[in-house]
Amino acid sequence: MPAITLTDLTLGYERHPAVHHLSGIFQPGSMTAVVGPNGSGKSTLVKGIVGILRPLGGRIERQNMKKHEIAYLPQQLEIDRSFPITVLDTVILGLWRQIGIFGGMKRELWAKAEEALRTVGLSGFEMRAISDLSGGQFRRVMFARMLLQDSPVVVLDEPFTSIDSQTTIDLLKMIKRWHAEKRTIIAVLHDFNQVRDHFPETLLIARELIGWGPTAEILCDENLTLSRTMSAAWDDEAEICAEERV
Amino acid sequence: MNSFTELLVEPFQEFMFMRHALAACFALAIGCAPVGMLLVLRRMSLMGDALSHAVLPGAALGFLVSGLSLYAMTVGGIVVGLTVALLAGAVARATALREDASFAALYLISLALGVLIISMRGTSIDLVHVLFGTILAVDDPALILVASITTVTVFTMALIYRPLIVECFDPGFLRSVGGKGAAMHFLFLVLVVLNLVAGFTALGTLMAVGMLMLPAASASFWAKQFWSASLTAAIIAVIASYSGLLLSFHLNVPSGPAIVLVAGLCYVFSVFFGRYGSLYSRRRAGGHLTG
Repeated sequence: MPAITLTDLTLGYERHPAVHHLSGIFQPGSMTAVVGPNGSGKSTLVKGIVGILRPLGGRIERQNMKKHEIAYLPQQLEIDRSFPITVLDTVILGLWRQIGIFGGMKRELWAKAEEALRTVGLSGFEMRAISDLSGGQFRRVMFARMLLQDSPVVVLDEPFTSIDSQTTIDLLKMIKRWHAEKRTIIAVLHDFNQVRDHFPETLLIARELIGWGPTAEILCDENLTLSRTMSAAWDDEAEICAEERV
Repeated sequence: MNSFTELLVEPFQEFMFMRHALAACFALAIGCAPVGMLLVLRRMSLMGDALSHAVLPGAALGFLVSGLSLYAMTVGGIVVGLTVALLAGAVARATALREDASFAALYLISLALGVLIISMRGTSIDLVHVLFGTILAVDDPALILVASITTVTVFTMALIYRPLIVECFDPGFLRSVGGKGAAMHFLFLVLVVLNLVAGFTALGTLMAVGMLMLPAASASFWAKQFWSASLTAAIIAVIASYSGLLLSFHLNVPSGPAIVLVAGLCYVFSVFFGRYGSLYSRRRAGGHLTG
């Protein structure tokens, strides 16, 4: 299982840093919550990790894993929910790396897809159109798809936003199962209680790194106060940052 | 019974050009159906229209160089159509202008240029032919061209079906697994331009897009999956071609508008009585289900 190493990483948009000089390691098999106020660079950070965003400075090393092997659930899905496609066909996309453009679906792969749907509690929904699903059911479909991706690293950006408590409990169970299978989990979250209860590691960010380590140590009052006072600077006149922190 | 055959079959028995036109339209119907369906699903319906206008100066240039020559006009249409499509995409990516706006700008320039070129050299009758098509123009080479484009379309669609659908449905996911989304989008644009060019021999540049969009828009009222909707669109296009050609023959009207109008009737019917999402299906009485 590969580790993900960040070295003096700066990410941002139009040269303005949204994540500033971040260094650290996501250990193999670790389960880390990324928390911080709105605009603190959480989504930006995970976009960098999965390779959608190029760093403005510093490095991200994924050891000998390709960025396409990371299973990623973005916050803003680009999915067209009105597209005429069935639940089963959507879930099967998770097998893309196995079947690619031309590969056929073998019997055991169909069985795997059915199994994934059963795991997320959507047996019997195989032939339903995704336009017929509720928000929570659709999130379950996304998890089933990630299940099939069978990736060593799973990155989730606010996976439980606008989802009811039962669905959240079920999906959390799946995340913990992935953790037990020694996969590396990185999840952007807002609910501190949830983080305290379920996530061993926490990365607290407010553009700059505030703390990264065992959850109980990181989520202390002092750090949280600090995170709220960090300014999200967006100054067009700002000088070019020449600092290096390694 | 006799007059029935006289009306519906005899024009095709008697006249070679009617058979040619029918065969060309059937081929068009098959090629245009899946391409049109994808345009509808990708919310690019109006872009198909813009592209059809953009093809004009290419055809006009071909016309300028060698008169009503099929090959010159075809090559010109393909080259200019693709150039406009790529330029619009490039402007959208490189500047703050969105893709639909840059498409609109470029197609207007293109259309004006096309009309200008034709009026410089040809008569207004030529212009009408290029814009609205003429079934008399469908000779053997034209038929072969249309059939070839349909063949290429169907085979390409079969080859890139999976990534094309995923690119349309969830582009973010295709990117995250390393699929070639941009390449698929480009190949798809090539298919759109090819089919528009195939359409303009029989239907004219202005009407070609009708064969692309109207059957597809109608079909989305009848089917819930991409492949079944494409099949429905093809059937609608075949019906429209056949009836449109007959209308054109008997009433002595241009074939392009006749075919497109019949397709338009199918569309209106679908809007009212289609199986999914039509006015009728939304108002259907009979209560709701228990679960």
